Amino acid sequence: MSTTSKWLGSVDGDARKRMLLGIGSFLLPLLVWCLVSYVPFVWHPKVHVIDPGGVDYFQVDMLVDKTMFADEVANMEREHLAVPTGKSANPIYLPAPDQVARAFYNGFVNPPQSKDVPSMPASLWHSIQIIFWGFLISSIVGVPLGILSGTYTLMGRLSEPFIEFFRYLPAPAFGALAVAILGIYDGPKIAIIVIGTLFQQVLIIANTTRKLEVTLIEAARTLGTRNIKLLSKVVVPGILPDLYRDQRILLGWAWTYLIVAELIGTSSGITWFITQQARYQHFDNVYAAIMTIGIIGFGTDLILARLGRRLFPWDRTQDRR
Amino acid sequence: MNPNNLPSYLDQSEAVKARFDRINQRETILEVRDLGKRYRSLQGEVEALRGIDFSVRRREFVCVIGPSGCGKSTLIRILAGLESHTSGDVLLDGKPVTGPGQDRGMVFQGYSLFPWLTVKKNVMFGPQMNGRAKDEAERDALLWLDLVGLTQFADAYPHQLSGGMRQRVAIARALVNQPRILLMDEPFGALDAQTRSKMQSHLIDIWKNIDVTVLFITHDLDEAIYLADRILVLKAHPGEVQEVIEVPVPRPRSPGQFNTPEFRATKARLEELIHPEREPEPEDEQAVKPHLIRFTDVHDNVE
Repeated sequence: MSTTSKWLGSVDGDARKRMLLGIGSFLLPLLVWCLVSYVPFVWHPKVHVIDPGGVDYFQVDMLVDKTMFADEVANMEREHLAVPTGKSANPIYLPAPDQVARAFYNGFVNPPQSKDVPSMPASLWHSIQIIFWGFLISSIVGVPLGILSGTYTLMGRLSEPFIEFFRYLPAPAFGALAVAILGIYDGPKIAIIVIGTLFQQVLIIANTTRKLEVTLIEAARTLGTRNIKLLSKVVVPGILPDLYRDQRILLGWAWTYLIVAELIGTSSGITWFITQQARYQHFDNVYAAIMTIGIIGFGTDLILARLGRRLFPWDRTQDRR
Repeated sequence: MNPNNLPSYLDQSEAVKARFDRINQRETILEVRDLGKRYRSLQGEVEALRGIDFSVRRREFVCVIGPSGCGKSTLIRILAGLESHTSGDVLLDGKPVTGPGQDRGMVFQGYSLFPWLTVKKNVMFGPQMNGRAKDEAERDALLWLDLVGLTQFADAYPHQLSGGMRQRVAIARALVNQPRILLMDEPFGALDAQTRSKMQSHLIDIWKNIDVTVLFITHDLDEAIYLADRILVLKAHPGEVQEVIEVPVPRPRSPGQFNTPEFRATKARLEELIHPEREPEPEDEQAVKPHLIRFTDVHDNVE
């Protein structure tokens, strides 16, 4: 491998090697998690009580601090009472990988145990819909506005200073206002996603549009292209691959606003699932839900990246990652 | 006779003289009268072009040459209608130029092909923009691709072509609109020497066979003499016409003529005009003083 490819990542590259490294980048953190969970002398600050012995406030399955447990063992020995037994354990908020995997499996395969606890697929589906509508509304406004601002200086100078200001206003700050205007259900949630995405979207797309090679526009003009056709036949197709990439990044952005958005009004979707499960201390479910969001986000992006290579065969930057 | 035993660049053989007489009888395609261009920059008002006067006759090949900063690119961009001028007139077939139009084709120095379109669709772009039907445009495009020898690359994307091939497509794309004049802004500047000379011969072949007038900008003296009927020599600050040289090298031209007395005489004259004395270096160049340190063994000499 040459030095340049080491720095820039060779375009063709060794596909197998890249695949292995990709898998490795997921295995490494998993390995750390396994170490902390399964090797008893790594961390494990708590003791899981198996037999309370003579300690009156100990119960089976209780988690107590290691030092407290040691004190009680010493106490019992001094008083010649039954010594409590237990095995070292991690705090409740760090379930082991197998517990989370089981929760993940149960969340999707087995129906929920009770009616008032939401099921994971149903919550997730609700969240996906929120993201979809939020991102769609944002794009319907943001993409054309961004392209126009990037193409026409006048338009850009008129719109961008205000947008530049507005994007610093934190989207969640509009929560109460959104509820007052749009009610307590899905309206304000979609609004927060739109507010969080739209302003960045306009600026990013305007910038992308400005980066289009001026020579292309000039060439088109000397070939007799004018006005709206310059926009539809040159600017839009010229920036399309970059626009597509921007949209992928912005979609990720929209996901990061999801949790805050869903806490507004009546909490719903995956956020409600997570907060409910956390309340019952079902942290395995909490982790499973958080990971599902990651898997969905990352998965969508992978699919979109692949689709991008299909859609824009002329754009060679699409396949460099 | 000058010391190098070269004839004067003004001496023309009978054949060359007769050819210029024929050219001068043709109608004027492009007329530039007292053209001036001023613009405001951070350093104050800059006069890019002043009092440019020249005309180009039908099927003439005119090269524009000059030192960097002489405004030759500004001139061709004004002719193309991509920039405005502040004084004087540009007349194409007697009508003033107000903006870009399909009567003037342009080939740029950089690769200006649309990367999202195949070679064929790049060439079809002009006709389609001017309201021609798709099948008609396609027929024309294939004809012109054949003329530049790229029929087999019709469905390739520009990024799959070499630099020379891309400029061939750019020429086909400009010519398919059947412009009155083809404006070329250092079109071969980015090509390697071999491809460049191939493209020069190819351009002459195209020009011989098609009713098109060419205005060609270059900074390469050999290229200008090899291609042109007349060379417009500009000087810098402000850009003004220094001399219009009628090239005494007879046609048909071939690379073998680079060493003929006429060619060398013309080149000597151009060199005289373009590098009269060493110009003082710009200030930012003066500030760069390389400070060389020996990084190799003292005995390890390469010279």
